[in-house]
Amino acid sequence: MGNSISSDQLKRSFFIVEKNVRIYYSKGPVIIFGLLMPFFLFLSFYIGRDMPIETLIPGLLGMTAFFTATSTGPAIVPWEARAKTLERLISSPISLKTIFLGDVISSFLFGILISVFPVIASLLIGVEIAYPLILVFGVVLSTYCFASFSILLSAYPPTDNPSTIMMLSSMIKFPLVFISGIFIPIEELPFWGKTISSISPLTYFTDMAKYSIQGSSYYPIEVNIMVLIAFTITFLVVAIKIHEHTIQKRL
Amino acid sequence: MTNENAVEVTNLTKHFNSLVAVDNISFEVKNGELFGFLGPNGAGKTTTIRMLTGVIKPDGGTASIFGYDVVKEGLKSRQLMGIVPEMSNAYVDLSAWNNLMLVGGLYGVNKSQRTERATSLLKKFDLYERRNQLVKGFSKGMKQKLLLCMALISEPQILFLDEPTSGLDVESQRLIKDIIREFNANGTTVFLTTHNMEEANQLCDRIAIINRGKIAEIDSPEKVRQQSCGLQTIEISFDKPVAAEDLLSLPGVNGANKMGDKFRLCVDETNAAIDALVDYTRSKKLNIISLNTLAPSLEDVFLQLVKES
Repeated sequence: MGNSISSDQLKRSFFIVEKNVRIYYSKGPVIIFGLLMPFFLFLSFYIGRDMPIETLIPGLLGMTAFFTATSTGPAIVPWEARAKTLERLISSPISLKTIFLGDVISSFLFGILISVFPVIASLLIGVEIAYPLILVFGVVLSTYCFASFSILLSAYPPTDNPSTIMMLSSMIKFPLVFISGIFIPIEELPFWGKTISSISPLTYFTDMAKYSIQGSSYYPIEVNIMVLIAFTITFLVVAIKIHEHTIQKRL
Repeated sequence: MTNENAVEVTNLTKHFNSLVAVDNISFEVKNGELFGFLGPNGAGKTTTIRMLTGVIKPDGGTASIFGYDVVKEGLKSRQLMGIVPEMSNAYVDLSAWNNLMLVGGLYGVNKSQRTERATSLLKKFDLYERRNQLVKGFSKGMKQKLLLCMALISEPQILFLDEPTSGLDVESQRLIKDIIREFNANGTTVFLTTHNMEEANQLCDRIAIINRGKIAEIDSPEKVRQQSCGLQTIEISFDKPVAAEDLLSLPGVNGANKMGDKFRLCVDETNAAIDALVDYTRSKKLNIISLNTLAPSLEDVFLQLVKES
């Protein structure tokens, strides 16, 4: 997306971001749901188990970044198709890439904003972060990756019904949480489990977060970074291709 | 921009499954013209405007805006347009002001110009006091005025207006028509779809009548009226009784109805029919007491063309 978009179109994409923030992301329920969802998932796993908090924080961070960056993005296109505002955007002098770049950036900013809370909470309860810069870089990279994933989730089917997309995206998102080394460390998974976990981008962020907090990880840190970059590019390219093919069916 | 034609459409076609919504149409709209695109519901007006504005892709043919192909050079062609769609598509969860800032930004209008133009347009359309109110609280008329503001904030070279006054009260209709005239007088080309004949008659330099996806007629409203066959009417009265059969036998006279002391004649072409009537009165030693030509209304012509096509 980055290579094929002019600086003028990039500038215009920030108006999409501003619109998304005003309409979709600044609503109280969206923010509260973004915080509560990963928190309660975390509690349901943590309560009753005798585990050190340091081993659980990477999973909490992973879930927070993943759920918040993918919370609203998948529903924006069907919402706008239904409200006929998608037609306004398509008839404006902006490319489809510009529209989706705006959607990705707004999901990314929301994901970053909410991910700050568990990081602060971890520091407050005395969790020591071995490599804070790697943690910050990991949060930024993975949140952008998950935000890109959110526009892929909205790409098919080309419906104007947000609840259809939300249901389908939940069917993909929840299984990913369970195969990404959040609840069971990757090294404790059987071979087939490790193979499945390797297809989830969340695996690599959780592993990066584990490294930055505990100082050790399953994959080398360079592998985590490269794989997250590869996932991001793949999500963007595939999402744009599918949207280019299906957008007419939404209008 | 020196193009003589603001819009050039050649063999434009659009199918929706087996339905041919727009069937191989061709026309031009001159730079600075106020062009009306008329037709009954489902004739293909909105489909045509959606292809011209880049919302949907044509299945065949080409269309260009000031020389820019709407498919291959979509960003450039759309940069020159302001659009008021058939259905309101302002963001109802944004205020009027934020809608204008968004659209201005998407068209690359800088902040000071956006602010200046938004203020001026909202004042012109009497919406300035409501600028911070969410659009979801607006009436239909207010939404339509806001859509026009959104279309005008980029100072477009061409305005596409899809049924801009549909469902509005008389005052709002008049305001919108006055502003369309004002912007057209200042050089903005206007492409207007409507099924309101009177509106087209009042506003347009030229009109095209489309039905079932095909263009049935394209000319100035007055010429379209004059060219319509069988709808020209002459009212005539004589100083002595005349048989309707005699008048019907005259060349070009298709109907003769006696109405009191007058006859109403349906003729193909007014001038030729008047010549024949004068010859007839001379040969019968009659005097014409009164003679009036009655042009058909645009609505009559529209209905006839739609029926024929």
